[in-house]
Amino acid sequence: MTAQLAASAEYLPQAQSAVQSIDWLAVAPPTVTALVALGVLLADLFLPPARKALLGRLSVAGLALALLSLLPLLDGDREAFCLQGKAEVCSYTADRFTLVVQLLVLGGALLTALLSMTAIRDSKNPAGPGAAGAPAATRDPAATRDGAVTGDPATAGERSARGDAAAAAQPLPAGEFWFLLLCSAAGAALLPASRDLATLVVALEVASLPAFALVGLRRGEARSAEAALKFFLSSVTATAVTLLGVSFVYAATGSLFLTEIAEEVTHVDGQLQTLVETGVVLTLVGFAFKTAAAPFHFWVPDTYVGAPLPVAAYLSVVGKAVGFSGLILVTVLAFPSYGKDIWGPALAVLAALTMTVGNVAALRQGADRAFSAVRLLAWSSIGQAGYLLVPLAAAAYTDDGPRTIGSTLAYALMYAVVNLGAFAVAALLARTKPLARIADFRALYAARPVTALVFAFFLLCLAGLPPGIIGLFAKVTVFATAVDAGLGWLAVVMAANVVIALVYYLRWTALLFRSAEGAEGIEGAEGAEGVAGAGTGAAGAGAAAAGSGGGAGTGVAVGGSAGGVAVLPAPVPLKVAVGLTAVVGVVLSGAPQMVLRFADMGLFGG
Amino acid sequence: MQFLLALIVAGPLLGAAAALLPAPPGLKGKSPQQAVLRHGVLVTGVILLAAIVLALGFDHDHPSRIQASTDLSWIPALDVRLHLGVDGISLPLIVLTALLTFLCALHSYFKRPEGPAPQAFVALILVLESGTLATFAVLDLLLFFLAFEMVLIPMYFLIARWGGKDRGPAAWKFILYTLLGSVVMLLGLLLVGLDSGTFDMVALASDNGRSLSASVQVTAALAIGIGLAVKTPMWPLHTWLPDAHTAAPTVGSVLLAGVLLKMGTYGFVRVLLPIVPDGARTFAPYLAAFAVVGVLYGSLACLALVREGAGGDLKRLIAYSSVGHMGFVLLGIASMTPTGVNGALFANIAHGLITGLLFFLVGALKDRTGSTDLDALAKETGAALYGRAPRFGGLLAFGAVASLGLPGLAGFWGEMLAMFGAFDPAAGLHRGAFLTFTALAAFGTLLTAAYLLLVVRRVCMGAVPEKAPEFADVQGYEFAAWTPLVLLTVLAGLWPAVLLGLTDPAVHKLLAGGAS
Repeated sequence: MTAQLAASAEYLPQAQSAVQSIDWLAVAPPTVTALVALGVLLADLFLPPARKALLGRLSVAGLALALLSLLPLLDGDREAFCLQGKAEVCSYTADRFTLVVQLLVLGGALLTALLSMTAIRDSKNPAGPGAAGAPAATRDPAATRDGAVTGDPATAGERSARGDAAAAAQPLPAGEFWFLLLCSAAGAALLPASRDLATLVVALEVASLPAFALVGLRRGEARSAEAALKFFLSSVTATAVTLLGVSFVYAATGSLFLTEIAEEVTHVDGQLQTLVETGVVLTLVGFAFKTAAAPFHFWVPDTYVGAPLPVAAYLSVVGKAVGFSGLILVTVLAFPSYGKDIWGPALAVLAALTMTVGNVAALRQGADRAFSAVRLLAWSSIGQAGYLLVPLAAAAYTDDGPRTIGSTLAYALMYAVVNLGAFAVAALLARTKPLARIADFRALYAARPVTALVFAFFLLCLAGLPPGIIGLFAKVTVFATAVDAGLGWLAVVMAANVVIALVYYLRWTALLFRSAEGAEGIEGAEGAEGVAGAGTGAAGAGAAAAGSGGGAGTGVAVGGSAGGVAVLPAPVPLKVAVGLTAVVGVVLSGAPQMVLRFADMGLFGG
Repeated sequence: MQFLLALIVAGPLLGAAAALLPAPPGLKGKSPQQAVLRHGVLVTGVILLAAIVLALGFDHDHPSRIQASTDLSWIPALDVRLHLGVDGISLPLIVLTALLTFLCALHSYFKRPEGPAPQAFVALILVLESGTLATFAVLDLLLFFLAFEMVLIPMYFLIARWGGKDRGPAAWKFILYTLLGSVVMLLGLLLVGLDSGTFDMVALASDNGRSLSASVQVTAALAIGIGLAVKTPMWPLHTWLPDAHTAAPTVGSVLLAGVLLKMGTYGFVRVLLPIVPDGARTFAPYLAAFAVVGVLYGSLACLALVREGAGGDLKRLIAYSSVGHMGFVLLGIASMTPTGVNGALFANIAHGLITGLLFFLVGALKDRTGSTDLDALAKETGAALYGRAPRFGGLLAFGAVASLGLPGLAGFWGEMLAMFGAFDPAAGLHRGAFLTFTALAAFGTLLTAAYLLLVVRRVCMGAVPEKAPEFADVQGYEFAAWTPLVLLTVLAGLWPAVLLGLTDPAVHKLLAGGAS
């Protein structure tokens, strides 16, 4: 990572004295992540296969350390890699904006890592999740080790329904997985701090390139490979376009630093005007692609379905955060003077289009289709990206643009917590129902009351209805920016979209509380699941009780009702992920100010 | 006092959380179901008690002053404050809500709702209660919106899980309509709040729209008005109501008609009139016109339903009659005069009492006969409830004549005052138009009387058939649940000053822009 930073500093006009003093504390969050990534890669070489689980713990610890390294930065803005002679022009700035996005990105990566620990373990042991659903009698340890699925007709049937895919899939390679995840997280953590276009593009690529590999990591699975290819090709095209745009802007303004561009761009020669405008538009395209804004969204559903579930969760939160922070930096810091004419209207149209396309497509997802749960989350994440774009568009029309985009950050923080929470629950369920259909969530309340309540809470947060108070107020801030900027039509489009989104979120929520259909046939599986759920339940209830009294995460009758079969607790990392997101969501619902304050302060320092 | 009000708003929420927990030892009762239903009665009872104490402790000499107020900062970023308080306008509604919810809980305790586990049922009722009470108690626009939204999910589930035929589509219709309305309302509230720099309803009301430009007022009034009109409901945005009522369980119908609809009209009085008066004045004639169409439409729909052979559903009929009654309320509000608004508030309460009673009665009728289809009930000559169950028939007839506005009962004063108000509307409103509206509304009262008497004729009268199936008369618990409503209907009818004395000074203050 530091190598890249150095590389990005190479173009600096004057030759620098060989060693520039670096504020290591300021650059710690991405650096720590990158170093841990290298450490994991090295450790992978020396660890015996049986001990590979250690890599996961190492990665989680590394990400936690990177999060902790944010703490010393709270006292004020710091800068690194500044121009000699012009100390105020820097490539790396750790201001409040940077810290918030880094918190989001590293926190998201940490939760993804928790989800991944289970996913990797299960992929090594394909019968593992199947056995969780099987009646106790058939859970023969030998059979489990051989990977043979016996005795659970439902699971076997589902597996054959998936075609050769799952059966032929090889386990996720732990070493590569953790290395790639951490690399991508390091890039994502670097991006919000970048204050020049070269670093920005490099960071964007560092965040994206490992993601392609992560998507295609399920070796031997056709769907995964296809998704990776689709993702790769379209992403590379977008990056190429961005680079073209950056070169245009550089040609016209003679600088790559965002603040300098902002100055230069106001007095560009008349002949170069078209060049700059084209450059601005092209630069934005690449970032719009990463956020999955409407015309550039087609890769999302297939990629999410093809990718391992934790990777899909990662892309939906961290991948989006990367795109958004890039968009914010470019629009608000580099091209503020083009706001009203070029990117303001463009982003407003993009926002309206994105949310409508995403929500309407999500509405049309059939509950019985294979992977419909992930598909719906994918489409709904496109819809949410539309809401996230609204304050950005509004920033073009207000006097204090940098303040307006705070709403995007507040919304993104809320979205990150609840969306990762929803993915965590989906991952929990996908262990016993690998098809991940929405229909598989039916009667979840009967089987795992606390998980169901928590999941309902997440969905209602995403929909923005009480008891998801934080979701409601996050939407209110977004609405407020649109109304404040005079974008009445966008606010109305968003209002209609909120109603459309409610239909599919609530339909899913209602399904959780329905009674199981054909209870006879799947009783065995349900029973075992019920017991497994009780474990999660206990953890969740305890966590919720510790966190806050009110809200939907309230502890609920646990255990007791689950009938008979051997206790098979849900894996600890998953429990922690679900519990953590639920507690954060409930606490935020009680005290929305914790995230909403970002909507009401100047985020860019210096 | 502050704590009392905070308890009234937050108590049901805590109760809802507790309802999902297993009963503590010593309170297990006969079965978990029985224990949780008893828990519901207990919590709503405590809340009712608190509401009554609040009403007794209320300074009746200064009903226009905000009392028992709490004002805490909650979300500084959005300028949202936990600002609670009651005055003469909200106090009766709070007591009505607490009373109706308690009666519903009591009713459910003896007559277990048919459907899934009652734990969730009780929890939902309590969340619903908290949401409605909060709507009437909060004095911050965004909190008002939050409270407005809070009732949606519980009501959706009450209809979708415990409802009757066609409950699924009806529940969807309910939530989509009202959500669309409230999101549009949010836009209007944000416009007001961002433009004037505060979301505090008291500050905004005393400002009386002076800091808002005319165009902002008109836009905001339109957006807020649409949201509230959906909830009220105003014709032609009412179409969710008959379906929701027909499908909802008895308790759901009672709360929907008795409490939820009032949130809409309360919003008109509390938000629209004082905060964006110029915008309200612009739309007042249209509001009045829609209100009058609602009155006539509701009565004509009821007349069509009550006809022999029309296959009309009694619950649906009462739902349409609600559209008509809420039309009177809206007409009173649209007049923008103290008389009209007082009438509207009075009609609000009266409608809550009377329609609540009617839905209880029809629910009981359905429990006994299995149907609310008028033709199935009445057969050739009539259902003959007078003969088969005289007390039950008498109560039904009482509810019907109270609903048609018989002088001496609660239904009379509100509608009469609303029409008085419209007869002489506020300055700036076209007198001729409002005179026409008044005349049409008066014609509506005739139609109302006609269909309600026809209902009485078809349900209560008739020859008792030879081999009529057993029809139980009013049970003890039903008496307990219905008597308070009957008594209050008579009380409000004979002594309207009890209510008007509370609302009148507060209405004057609101309309005068904070100067009492």
